[in-house]
Amino acid sequence: MSPSRLIGRIAAHTVLAAGAVVMAAPFVWMLLTSIRPPEEVFGAVFDPIPSRFAGFENYGQALTASNLPRAMLNGVIVCGGILAVQLMTAIPAAYALARLSFRGRELLFALVLFGLTIPIQVPALPLYIAFANLRLLDTYFALMAPFFLTVFGLFLFRQFFRTYPEEILQAARLDGMGEFEIVWRIAAPAALPAIAAFSVFSVVAHWNDLYWPLIVITSSERATPALGILAFRDAETGGNYGALMAAASLITGPMIAGFLAARRAFVRGITMTGVR
Amino acid sequence: MRKSEEGADGVALAGIVKSFGATRVLDGIDLAIEGGEFLTLVGPSGCGKSTLLRIIAGLETADGGTVAIGGRRVDHLRPDERDVAMVFQSYALYPHMTVAGNIATPLELRRLTLAERLPLVRHLSPRRPRVMRGIMAEVRAVAETLQIGHLLDRRPAQLSGGQRQRVALGRAMVRRPRVFLMDEPLSNLDAALRVHMRSELAELHARLGITFVYVTHDQVEAMTMSSRVALMDRGRILQLGTPSDLYDHPATLAVARFIGSPPINLIEGESDGAGGVRIDGARLPIAQGVAGGTRVTVGIRPEALHPAPPRHDGPVLRARLKRAENLGAEWLLHAILPDSAGTAVVARITAAEHEAAQRAGLIGEELALAVSASGMHLFGADGARIAVRRLAGAA
Repeated sequence: MSPSRLIGRIAAHTVLAAGAVVMAAPFVWMLLTSIRPPEEVFGAVFDPIPSRFAGFENYGQALTASNLPRAMLNGVIVCGGILAVQLMTAIPAAYALARLSFRGRELLFALVLFGLTIPIQVPALPLYIAFANLRLLDTYFALMAPFFLTVFGLFLFRQFFRTYPEEILQAARLDGMGEFEIVWRIAAPAALPAIAAFSVFSVVAHWNDLYWPLIVITSSERATPALGILAFRDAETGGNYGALMAAASLITGPMIAGFLAARRAFVRGITMTGVR
Repeated sequence: MRKSEEGADGVALAGIVKSFGATRVLDGIDLAIEGGEFLTLVGPSGCGKSTLLRIIAGLETADGGTVAIGGRRVDHLRPDERDVAMVFQSYALYPHMTVAGNIATPLELRRLTLAERLPLVRHLSPRRPRVMRGIMAEVRAVAETLQIGHLLDRRPAQLSGGQRQRVALGRAMVRRPRVFLMDEPLSNLDAALRVHMRSELAELHARLGITFVYVTHDQVEAMTMSSRVALMDRGRILQLGTPSDLYDHPATLAVARFIGSPPINLIEGESDGAGGVRIDGARLPIAQGVAGGTRVTVGIRPEALHPAPPRHDGPVLRARLKRAENLGAEWLLHAILPDSAGTAVVARITAAEHEAAQRAGLIGEELALAVSASGMHLFGADGARIAVRRLAGAA
């Protein structure tokens, strides 16, 4: 390697490393705070390493003081439910938009693109009123329903299906598959990287979502992970930051583990579909 | 619709018309494909041959005209109901399934109900294991005949091009279709394998005894495998006939140009009204009954040109040799005709003839090329063939 190329690579890696530090610092700080004794959190001395290990009391409090295990279970139910319905609707719809020709297809796709531009805050109020009138507030259904149809997923899968070889679909039709069977037996298995990428986006977004649960959930039995953490900011627990960070570590842990497990497929899905 | 002796079903196309937007891709195709024949649709890319094949398969809908298979109209039938199988240029194997899964799929779709194919639910069917055993036995039998029995557990990505080709053939064969459609199946193979697969496909056709419709842009494939060839250009069939019909009696200039390798030599000339064609300095005696002054094109197959001895009595073209190519068994003599504005011509002669001519000193920078009358074709300015009455005794 020539010296100039070596310098170039060192420079590139330095920039990337600096970016990585900026990204990782809050997580490291969160982990450190979660094992720090309470008196040290706002202490005068700034020392990254805690003076004594307070992990047991912080994590113990995180698990017992509020309903965090229940909140995490709720998170699993809500994220799983949302993801399942999203995949079941977005995959066939994306296939139809990408590969079937029918009147109004372009208009429908334009609407999909339009839908991408609308944040949840816009329909929040009418949705709230509708759930209230249906007496569905404070239910799992109210937590999940607004997210069942995902224009982002639809768009992602459509981009993927557009690149799928037409001849394989024609072979399947000649072999006797109907369009629904083609979707699930031929197209969806090929789209696994895209599905993995979308699943990471979807689960992370709804696991961490605070805005919508805050609106429709009032009881702690239906609290999602993000709502569960809020409990540690209450006056009752006196703003226990050690326990708060322990709880935050607990709810981010599964997300990080999940992402690492799906990392390869995630990157492949993103690069293949052109959503970069 | 006639059936062959084995009872194979033919395909009849009547008045097929198809446009994509403003482009007319097929312009009234009438074609009766006999049961059990190997018919090749050949033509330059964009001539509509693949579209025609897809219309037979039901993958495209014609704007007009009818398709009948075995005497029954199939225009309203879905592709799978037409009982045709197709091999695609890209092979179109299901990438996530094993070879066995790929070949078994058409049978599973026919013999299992929808519920018996659903994940989880399918295990409730008491019938399924028995049906699947039967299917797998047939899959193995087909794989053995194609010599891919040892590959059944592989996935398409782990196979070579030739092996994928066989899997695609197996998937098409296994359900014993009435008609076998092939869309440029050999074009992704390397040259040696292509030659080998040509004879295998011809054997397969002989063994199965069903109707093959084969699409290719390669005239060699068309000539070597087919019982009949339909040469297409710009959405029309220019000529339909046996390979030798097309080679020996091309109906138009375009057919003559497309069939044959190296291509036919074409020389512009003018009829002299006395049974000959004037080509500047030379005269070819082949234009009986053509009015004088008519612009014509003379087509001469490369093998109809031979180095001529001095005082050869018969039509002769003066030529200047550019290059001689040794192909082993034969030689190609590339020359230009100074008499005809430097038109390039190719003569194909056997190695023995080349050696004899060489020894007699006939092949120098300048040489005379004798034209054998049987290899000459005459075309009018509109490209249509002009029937030639051969003079008795003409060499």
